[in-house]
Amino acid sequence: MDPVSKVSDYRKLEESVTLSTVEGPLGASGSDGASTELFTLNMGPHHPATHGVLRLLVTLEGEVVRDLKPIIGYLHTGIEKTAETKSYWKVIPVIERMDYLAYFFNSMAYCGAVETLLEVEVPKRAQYLRVIHMELNRIMSHLVWLGTAALDLGAMSMFWYCFRERETILDLFEQSTGQRMHTRYFQIGGVIEDIPVGFAAKLKYLTDEMPRRITQYEALLTKNEIVLQRLRNVGVVDEKTLLGLGVTGPLLRATGNPWDLRKAAPYCSYDDFDFKIPVGTVGDNYDRYRVRTAEMRESVKIIEQAMEGLPEGPHITEDRKIALPPRHELATSMEALIHHFKLVTEGFRVPAGEAYHPIESPRGELGCFVRSDGSSKPARVHMRDPSFVNLQSLSTMVEGSYIADLIATLAMLDPIIGGVDR
Amino acid sequence: MPDADGLEMLAQRIRDLRADAVIEVTHNHGQAMIEVAPDANREALVVLSEQGYSFLSSLHGVDYYPDEPRLGVHYQLLDMDRVDRVGVKLRVTLDDPAVASVVDLFPTADHHEREVYDMFGVVFEGHPDLRRILMPEDYQGHPQRRDFPTGGEPVIFTYNEPQTPGWTQ
Repeated sequence: MDPVSKVSDYRKLEESVTLSTVEGPLGASGSDGASTELFTLNMGPHHPATHGVLRLLVTLEGEVVRDLKPIIGYLHTGIEKTAETKSYWKVIPVIERMDYLAYFFNSMAYCGAVETLLEVEVPKRAQYLRVIHMELNRIMSHLVWLGTAALDLGAMSMFWYCFRERETILDLFEQSTGQRMHTRYFQIGGVIEDIPVGFAAKLKYLTDEMPRRITQYEALLTKNEIVLQRLRNVGVVDEKTLLGLGVTGPLLRATGNPWDLRKAAPYCSYDDFDFKIPVGTVGDNYDRYRVRTAEMRESVKIIEQAMEGLPEGPHITEDRKIALPPRHELATSMEALIHHFKLVTEGFRVPAGEAYHPIESPRGELGCFVRSDGSSKPARVHMRDPSFVNLQSLSTMVEGSYIADLIATLAMLDPIIGGVDR
Repeated sequence: MPDADGLEMLAQRIRDLRADAVIEVTHNHGQAMIEVAPDANREALVVLSEQGYSFLSSLHGVDYYPDEPRLGVHYQLLDMDRVDRVGVKLRVTLDDPAVASVVDLFPTADHHEREVYDMFGVVFEGHPDLRRILMPEDYQGHPQRRDFPTGGEPVIFTYNEPQTPGWTQ
């Protein structure tokens, strides 16, 4: 039996309203022109459901969205400009603050671009440690998305469950890097420190527990009547339109296109791991939800494999011209002291050139373009942030749907305004 | 990335369309880049997207100060089937910073071009809605240019707003 036919009479009545022929407002005669009057609503910049300081100019016909223009820039902090005034390794802390839920990805894209210019080899152990932290970060970012998106649909308890698990991951970050957010853990040529004693055990606890927790979330949401009604067949955009709009990540995968840079163009040893790329079929909000929750499971698998196969060796390149010497060498080696002094004062110089390094962030292709003029400071740092690009597809997704669905679609789009505005 | 020969063949296809379109072909750090004449960007992108590089993954503005011509626009094209990337760049002068818009070919270029206009002052002719995107609408200057200073702009709070009249100039 078709599940749609099971819905209540009220739902049938609600669904029988066609969106294209909107009746006049209550009390209006309908045919006197009042029914076609358009109403422009300013939403934001301070609106709890816009996930940051995003302003939307929505043109409404009754309750139906006819046009939408995102207005951005309220969180613009000039990070790309700031980066030009800092030496290469001091750029990492500011770069991390762009997309504030994907800080390991920001620094990975930037470090990857600089490493391409320097042609420095990253040790295998550093690559695995990067993968572990990036995948933890991906789960963390998806948890924040799931919690806030469910909150927008009225599911309050999801928020607390998701933030409980997020807290466990942030504790892990604190243990291995010293910071919960914006950790400055990835350095050019590797990572700043090896993982501490006890990290593996705590991580094991998380990777054992996480699939069970995801099952719990899915039990709450996946077949929930409200979720199904709010998400299914809402915000559908076909693959071709999304590709034209440059959309990548879970939004594109929800339409059935399995484009994921971790598989397509593996960087950072991703080809060592066995994982799947979840894809959707319809490309509606429900598929976006399913793709992201399935991605969390795959990330757990990657972390388990990376932790199990973590190779021995240095955690950062041995090239003293790029990476700081170990602390104990400073007391005994004159060269180490000179290198340390040079790196901390001037930084290292990068040969002139241009490099674009794309990686797969939780929201899609995160690319960093770095231009070097041969000095110790980058001449241009540009982030191709997936939120910035994906936000363009919002108007295509919501045109012709209810304004209530706009909130749900925006939540499922998952833009991080820190990344949009940079 | 296409290898050096493949890149040269791609450049040749652009040259077939217009002999003087390609200025330089570079292949550094495994990154393929074709520099085209400032008015040949649309032809180059059309030719490359017919060759499969049909996804515009990024567009950035660059200031080559103190070199001339100063402003640069980079297009990063991606072929999803062959997982191959190629870059197209062009350079324009400050006096004539006009570049043809590619929004009708790649709708994704909309926000990117507005950002490059905002930050560098490159004018994209044919863009449907070329306004500032990240800076305030009444902002003067293009802050990502290399000769644009950092700092020196007073932070305006409600209490000190009358003390800094004309701060926008």
